[in-house]
Amino acid sequence: MTELLDAPSRPDRRAPRPPRGPAGTGPSGSGGNPLARFGRAALSVLTSPKYGPVTVTAILFVAVFVIGGIRYRGFFSGQVFLNLLVDNSYLIVLAVGMTFVILTGGIDLSVGAVVALSGMIAASLLQTGWSPGVVIPLILVLTSVLGLLVGLMIHVFKVQPFIATLAAMFLARGLCYVISQSSISITEPTFVQLAVSRIPLGAGMSITPSVIIALVVVAIAVWVLHGTRFGRTVYAIGGGEQSGLLMGLPVARTKVLVYTISGFCSGLAGVLFTFYTLSGYPLTAIGTELDAIAAVVIGGTLLTGGYGFVLGSVLGVLVLGVIQTIITFEGTLSSWWTKIFIGALLLVFIILQKVLTARRR
Amino acid sequence: MTQQTEPAEPVVEMRGISITFPGVKALDGVDFRMFPGEVHSLMGENGAGKSTLIKAMTGVYGIDAGTITLAGEQVSFSGPAQAQAAGISTVYQEVNLLPNLSVAENIMLGREPRRFGAIDWRAMRRRSAELLAGLGLDLDPGSLLGDHSLAVQQLVAIARAIDVNAKVLILDEPTSSLDADEVAELFRVIRSLKAQGVAILFVSHFLDQVYEICDRLTVLRNGQLVGEYLIEELLRIDLVQKMIGKELTALEDLEQRAHAATIDETDAAAFVSASQLGRRGAINPADLPIAAGEVVGLAGLLGSGRTELARLLGGIDRADTGELTIRGETVKLRTPRQAISKRIAFSSENRRDEGVVGDLTVRDNIVLALQADRGWFRPIPKKKQDELAQSYIQALNIRPGNPDALVRNLSGGNQQKVLLARWLAIAPRLLILDEPTRGIDIGAKAEIQKLVFNLAENGMSVLFISAELEEVLRLSHRVVVLRDRHVVADLENDGLTVDSLLALIADGRVASDDEALEELRELPGRAAPAPAASVTPDQTEGGRR
Amino acid sequence: MSVLARIVSSRLFWPVVMLLILFAINLVAFPGFFTITVRDGQLFGSLVDILRNGAPTLIIAVGMTLVIATRGIDLSVGAVAAISGAVACSIILGSPEPGNLATVAVAVSVALLISLLLGVWNGVLVAVLGIQPIIATLILMTAGRGVAMLITEGQILTVNSPPFKFLGSGFWLGVPIAVIIAAVVFGVAALVTRRTALGMFIESVGINPEASRQAGVRARGLLFAVYTFCALCAAIAGLILTANTAAADANNTGLFIELDAILAVVIGGTSLAGGRYSLLGTLVGALVIQTLVTTVYTVGIPPIATMVFKAAVVTVVCLLQSPTTAEAFSGFRRRLAVRAGKGIAAS
Repeated sequence: MTELLDAPSRPDRRAPRPPRGPAGTGPSGSGGNPLARFGRAALSVLTSPKYGPVTVTAILFVAVFVIGGIRYRGFFSGQVFLNLLVDNSYLIVLAVGMTFVILTGGIDLSVGAVVALSGMIAASLLQTGWSPGVVIPLILVLTSVLGLLVGLMIHVFKVQPFIATLAAMFLARGLCYVISQSSISITEPTFVQLAVSRIPLGAGMSITPSVIIALVVVAIAVWVLHGTRFGRTVYAIGGGEQSGLLMGLPVARTKVLVYTISGFCSGLAGVLFTFYTLSGYPLTAIGTELDAIAAVVIGGTLLTGGYGFVLGSVLGVLVLGVIQTIITFEGTLSSWWTKIFIGALLLVFIILQKVLTARRR
Repeated sequence: MTQQTEPAEPVVEMRGISITFPGVKALDGVDFRMFPGEVHSLMGENGAGKSTLIKAMTGVYGIDAGTITLAGEQVSFSGPAQAQAAGISTVYQEVNLLPNLSVAENIMLGREPRRFGAIDWRAMRRRSAELLAGLGLDLDPGSLLGDHSLAVQQLVAIARAIDVNAKVLILDEPTSSLDADEVAELFRVIRSLKAQGVAILFVSHFLDQVYEICDRLTVLRNGQLVGEYLIEELLRIDLVQKMIGKELTALEDLEQRAHAATIDETDAAAFVSASQLGRRGAINPADLPIAAGEVVGLAGLLGSGRTELARLLGGIDRADTGELTIRGETVKLRTPRQAISKRIAFSSENRRDEGVVGDLTVRDNIVLALQADRGWFRPIPKKKQDELAQSYIQALNIRPGNPDALVRNLSGGNQQKVLLARWLAIAPRLLILDEPTRGIDIGAKAEIQKLVFNLAENGMSVLFISAELEEVLRLSHRVVVLRDRHVVADLENDGLTVDSLLALIADGRVASDDEALEELRELPGRAAPAPAASVTPDQTEGGRR
Repeated sequence: MSVLARIVSSRLFWPVVMLLILFAINLVAFPGFFTITVRDGQLFGSLVDILRNGAPTLIIAVGMTLVIATRGIDLSVGAVAAISGAVACSIILGSPEPGNLATVAVAVSVALLISLLLGVWNGVLVAVLGIQPIIATLILMTAGRGVAMLITEGQILTVNSPPFKFLGSGFWLGVPIAVIIAAVVFGVAALVTRRTALGMFIESVGINPEASRQAGVRARGLLFAVYTFCALCAAIAGLILTANTAAADANNTGLFIELDAILAVVIGGTSLAGGRYSLLGTLVGALVIQTLVTTVYTVGIPPIATMVFKAAVVTVVCLLQSPTTAEAFSGFRRRLAVRAGKGIAAS
């Protein structure tokens, strides 16, 4: 009945895959005109889970900025761009911390509440005459410890990041109210000085000290994520925690540290936010965690972790900022359109991520 | 090759290894050794203890008894990182690398060259490029790992493994998703490593590949050592026999021959018939007719395509070629649900992950498929559910006989019976049983075999898969033999013996042809079928690089 | 197993103990806690307040329980509540006769219908596109508030409509309407899931999706159903909240209610990992949360600081459910048993 004298030596005779054989890595297409080659290269960037979303975001940012420039007088200026940084410096710092967390595949819902909490601590301590030189480090230590505890809860007790950071959010918000139920304004001279001072950049343009701090944080984060073992382990956890463990990477330490960093960034963002508002208020920054998450996602970081850049998140913040600015310039559009736009953008980017990662499987 | 029969000293020697899991003795006093510059294969069916032994060697599991000696010194690893540092590296079946990072990082992660505390990217690229070149791979170290084919990822994993100047390299099912060219590339790398004196453990269920690349093999069965053999001295047929073993249970003698005659020849126009049914990367197009009241046994090794074919019939996976007819009507099964509505039931071999719903009660598990078929809006009345549950608990002797017990608290055999009850409850016309007797006690096994027999008597068609050939022969009217994802034989169970099946499984030759069998026995194992595969690698060839 | 052991091992045990402790604290701080008086044919008292104020959370928690049982989560319920309140109020405001019963009926129906659409939206993202539930519903959580504000045009819409107000603060046979609605939602959910096969399918999909698929359970339709039902629950809660204050506030209606609802589910013993659920547990969980709020108030702590206590409760519950704790406990018990064994041997 069967006749298999020439039994096939191997089971699976799929067609060989020429472009991705062991020998060649890059696209094998050598022919074609330069334009087609450029098109192929552009396509491969756009469809890569690493560069695709962030490229789309960059194009989007430029497009929105150009459209704004065409539509509104006075939009297309350096200062309008710089104001994006001035108005969002705290959000940039938050997004940096969130990027670390999301790169590992986690999430941190507590950042908005921690921003409010650090504002409250600052305002109340300064009111009683503490020196800013003590208050600011204290805040950063406290919020880092909070992040550390969250990290331990997630790693040691295997609590889902969502729930653990939710508990931290409740705690931080609650502590705000414990400190005071009403707004406390800040009159401490150093803070006021930091709040009102502008650093001229020439040509009538200027930035605030907060922007400098935010940009320093961004620079450090870029270096840490790209250039240190810790940073690469963050990516590794997002790429596959199990694989990371099998490769002998310090997964536990890194995971806990990531939430500590997010706590630290939230604290710092809170301080920057007080420079901006010169007050502490328990209800402030509600929903800011969503802005931070949205900025990170729009900035091209995959919510499942492993792919993304800090600079992408900065770009994400700028996109959110420019949408806000457009809505302000438009005048007739109400501010709630911002939320709808952010929601729509989130949807688009999440589906984009889904498509790009599904293609890989 | 004679110098390889008694090489100097084993690089790894494991003696009397025992590991017990709750309720199971996974390894029982197993000895195992590997020599430098040799490719060693670990063979065995499901549950033989292959992966447990590997995990014992790499420190994933602690051992309850026995000793492990590495390069003459007794060792005890508390984790894979330690084993790796000592020179034992593993490349797992699912490539355990990070697709989101570059090739260079995947090779060097955890031991990156650093300058002033920061990663020295240039040194890292250079070092990984050297390593890749050493394996004869022309890869851009900066490219994203996820952009490469699985085969290349596998080779990168090997590059990572040998960077920690590995003495022992374990390749666990490295070829399961590679095509022929890719396997050839992998073998080239293995030979070159072998020439460098690395001891390689090659685990694969493809016999041809084992005979092509290995020097020595160790066979395990049910957690025990069957023996260690040089590959030239072990015929394939003997290997398969050692892997599968003889049925030990004293089961009642089911009179299958008489039973065979009860099939109505006129109705033999196949209740279900698959023609050229196949799925890329799982099973090559195959024909499989099954008549009403017929028990068809699928025989083959793990990975031969036996489960894969059954899954296509059960609608679990979608076929991408061929067609399926049920009573002459062509159907496309896209979901298990459609199969169930055609009264085809598929009982998975993977009881825990694909079979029972552990946190539901025995009753819920039994009625689940029937209820799903009726839809949520037409609930089976509580009284009817209880009757169903009670009747199956009694008929199949499920213990404990409490319909409210959670299934996860039942023993494996009883879970299997609950699963069977679920499928019997839908009154299937075709019942597909994938390894229904694996990992369960002898009593339950006999009960299940008897059940299959009775069901067929009553006109149900059964597709029966088991690694135990005696069992297949005892129950089946017809036996379909699979090998390397092809159907190689479709035989009436008339004078079939375990030996003839073994020959088919081993070499894909017609068993009844005595001459062929004799010829087979005379052949040295290595030089078996495919000419390309018969090239014997030796030191000089491997030393080319 | 002894009766006591069975009670202790029940999933309802710890939530009920928690509730009783809270009751005890209240009784000490406020001796009249359990007193229920009848005034103008209506029930009054702390317990009635707890039930009435806890009703919206409970309603959402019921929907959330089913979503969580399928291994999902719905973060958008607060936003959906705000949208439904906004829709109802804007319809009532826009009609010539805001006090007319028919107007209110239309407003409520439209609000509920829109919530069904929102539920289907979540269902599409989760069941069809296969996006993780937490992320899929995050989209509506973000955009939903904007949509609500779009409907209210950024205003707080105050309506003067007795029939609508009745929904939030009315009484029927002496019982607050909100409590009756909550009881109906709870009852319907319990009946529909336990009297049909839905409950079993939901649990089955939550426990073992692949085994369920092979058994022929259609997960996709099921996911659609639970997300839609959850959105419907959110809309009902939103209507009650809005009617209670007779004002739709797009920013604050249902703010943080998703967290309270999830908390109620978790306290009630339904695991966030999906699988077996207990609506009764969720009921107890919702009561625990509301009693906690009331207790904090009674004891004289600023009510707003309840969030600190909620944080404590979430943490304790999570740590108790954690596998690490379970391991530590069983290790402890084993050591204890060994020691006890030795003790017996010695004596």
